[in-house]
Amino acid sequence: MQDKSFLKDMDLARLIIAAFFILLCVAAIALRLDFAELITSSLARIGMWGVLVLAMLPAIVSGIGPNFGVSLGIVCGLLGGLTALELAYRLEGIVAFSPGMLFFIAMVFSLPFALLVGVGYGWLLNRVKGSEMMIATYVGFSIVSIMKLAWVFLPFKNPEMAWPIGRGVRVQIALANRGMAQLLNNFLAFRIGEVVVPTGLLLTVALAIFLMWLFLRSRTGMAMSTAGSNPRFAEASGITVNRQRIIGTVLSTVLGAVGILIYSQSYGFLQLYEGPMFMPFVAVAAVLIGGASVKKATISHVIIGTVLFLGIQVVAVPVANAFTAEWSSMGEISRKIIQNGVILYALTQAGGE
Amino acid sequence: MQSRPMTTSETMLQGRMASARSFLVRNMVTIMFLVLSAVGYKLSGMTPFLFLMDIVARLSRNAFLVLALIIPVMAGMGLNFSIVLGAMAAQAIVIFVTHWGFAGLPGILLSMALVTPLAAILGYLTGSLFNRTKGQEMIAGLILGYFAQGIYELVFLQLVGGIIPMDNSTIIMSSGVGVRTTIDLTNGLKYGLDWPGQYWGNDLLLRPTLPWAIIGMAVALAVGIVIYQLRVDKRQRLGSTQLVLAGIGLAWACWWSVQQIQARTQINWIRVPLLTWLVIAGACVGLHFFSRTKLGQDMRSVGQDRHVAAVAGIDVNRVRIAAIILSMVMAAWGHIIFLQNIGTFSTYGSHEQVGLYSAAALLIGGATVARATIGHALLGTLLFHTLFIVAPAAGRQLFGDAQIGEYFRVFVAYGIIGITLAMHAWKQILQRRSVDQ
Repeated sequence: MQDKSFLKDMDLARLIIAAFFILLCVAAIALRLDFAELITSSLARIGMWGVLVLAMLPAIVSGIGPNFGVSLGIVCGLLGGLTALELAYRLEGIVAFSPGMLFFIAMVFSLPFALLVGVGYGWLLNRVKGSEMMIATYVGFSIVSIMKLAWVFLPFKNPEMAWPIGRGVRVQIALANRGMAQLLNNFLAFRIGEVVVPTGLLLTVALAIFLMWLFLRSRTGMAMSTAGSNPRFAEASGITVNRQRIIGTVLSTVLGAVGILIYSQSYGFLQLYEGPMFMPFVAVAAVLIGGASVKKATISHVIIGTVLFLGIQVVAVPVANAFTAEWSSMGEISRKIIQNGVILYALTQAGGE
Repeated sequence: MQSRPMTTSETMLQGRMASARSFLVRNMVTIMFLVLSAVGYKLSGMTPFLFLMDIVARLSRNAFLVLALIIPVMAGMGLNFSIVLGAMAAQAIVIFVTHWGFAGLPGILLSMALVTPLAAILGYLTGSLFNRTKGQEMIAGLILGYFAQGIYELVFLQLVGGIIPMDNSTIIMSSGVGVRTTIDLTNGLKYGLDWPGQYWGNDLLLRPTLPWAIIGMAVALAVGIVIYQLRVDKRQRLGSTQLVLAGIGLAWACWWSVQQIQARTQINWIRVPLLTWLVIAGACVGLHFFSRTKLGQDMRSVGQDRHVAAVAGIDVNRVRIAAIILSMVMAAWGHIIFLQNIGTFSTYGSHEQVGLYSAAALLIGGATVARATIGHALLGTLLFHTLFIVAPAAGRQLFGDAQIGEYFRVFVAYGIIGITLAMHAWKQILQRRSVDQ
């Protein structure tokens, strides 16, 4: 049933987007753009977002719908990253952390935050069944905006993070100083002709996807899917639906935290303040483009969606620029239209109450 | 357990206390913001003159937009975040009207006339979308706003000046394609409604000073209350306590104003944009009477229960579309009022926060997702924008950084919407559960 559903899932909206992507690629070749360069940055971009898009999967499967509040997890990840950098600074001269160690510490530090926040967030979402998407969005917005105050007031002393004068941490914190920038990207990276393959990054994403695949086949994973797809039946067969939804939310939040650290090392900076505000929408749109609905998603949706949506983003900009210099904002505009158009389409398909 | 029956006075006292407590609970948000605004004002160290000048401007700028949210709430569609589309329509029209060189009150009237059909079409489309996403109107409206932003940028950043010809060096970017990022309305639509006399060379026409405006409003309110008492059914009349309180309030406002006039304080320099306030008052009166028309009553029924309304023979989908059309047109007019008051706007940014700030203001006034009144809208605008004015100043005084106050007020806007939505959804589930049992 799972394999057959692929073609059926490719309904009109997705076909249009896939056709658009192919058209862009053809245009890129016809315009003699540097195709190797495009593939290189596509690969990096897809790897960057992979885990963040994967974070949508447990949320949809457990029944809370696409996690518009994954920014909660993102914020936890950033907090872990900052704590790790601060630790490296405070222990300077006592312990010297290798970049890999530091990256691992960042993930470990972000986990307790993500677990705690995930449980609370899941508890809240259980109380607002039917309005999860809207409330998740505004919980996300609220947390990101209160974290702006936190970034100002948290007692971080590391001069790499703090503004030289005034209060608080910087808007962007460079990871290059501690050797963490492109840490995963460069691990075992190799070239095929002009194309650079970020092996470490892609392996990490593949590992995360594999673990998720295993989890969904475990006992808990099965119970979670049942709770999400058919809550009444799940209750009847002795599954506590609310508990499964909390598990899904926690998983999604943890993946958000890990995902942003993977994203940040590839990008080279931790982006604070306004940074995480609109990231959830990109992840939501990606999984929907892959063929997911607000009620159903599989691993293949995550992979297809990430490749299609982020591929379009990478290819659209140079193609638009090659046509005419005045079209410089076309890339960003097409992203906005596709991203939000797809989310709207999915909302209408859900059919409401 | 009560060991003896309560005396009448005890029951009355208990009843009073219970009603006082439920009043506090029901108006918790508003009371909290009243306190927050008062503390913020004290901390900010602002003079009454600066504060009043700012709040008069902000009230006349934003009240109409907040009023635009009431009708969809009535129809059970929640907070209409798609009013951002109305704001975009308004900006589109204002850009063209400015290009054609219209100014002052005639320019404003032309803009309002032109924007009405455009907003109505957008409202129709939005309403149709909402009919396909019943129960998820708010998130659909929010995302629709972002989607429309993409279309708007496509048109004004890439097409105008190129495919859509427009030859105007003050509006179009130097490259010849795309509208500039800021549009200056000075010598154009700026103050067209606030300051209509300016266009004909009479600066003071329809611009009374604040004390005189307050006296005028107090008198109008007093007359209104008297008429209300005479015309309305006996049971609905205001009680004597309410009347005395209202009388004291109005008398104090008049006395304060007379004092300001006699002492020739700075307050007398503040001028009220009377025409704008009349337009806002007109919208309030219009909304009040609209809710009593057939369509208004239908909207209420749909808002209470779609299925019951459908059984009663109401075309639910049509009524819902009508609600969004009305809201959209009001939002477009409201945004024109907003733009003419500010006098300069960011082509690709000024509309973005319209939904957020209007919704937050309405909720702070005490509205919920299911119930919003004109009073909520006006009080909420006043309180929310008080916070807007005092937060940066209070942040500077407390922490030496205005940015902190800025962060705080943005958080308040998002937070209040999040909390209200969550509380409403929770209450709905509890109600549904109790109905089931």
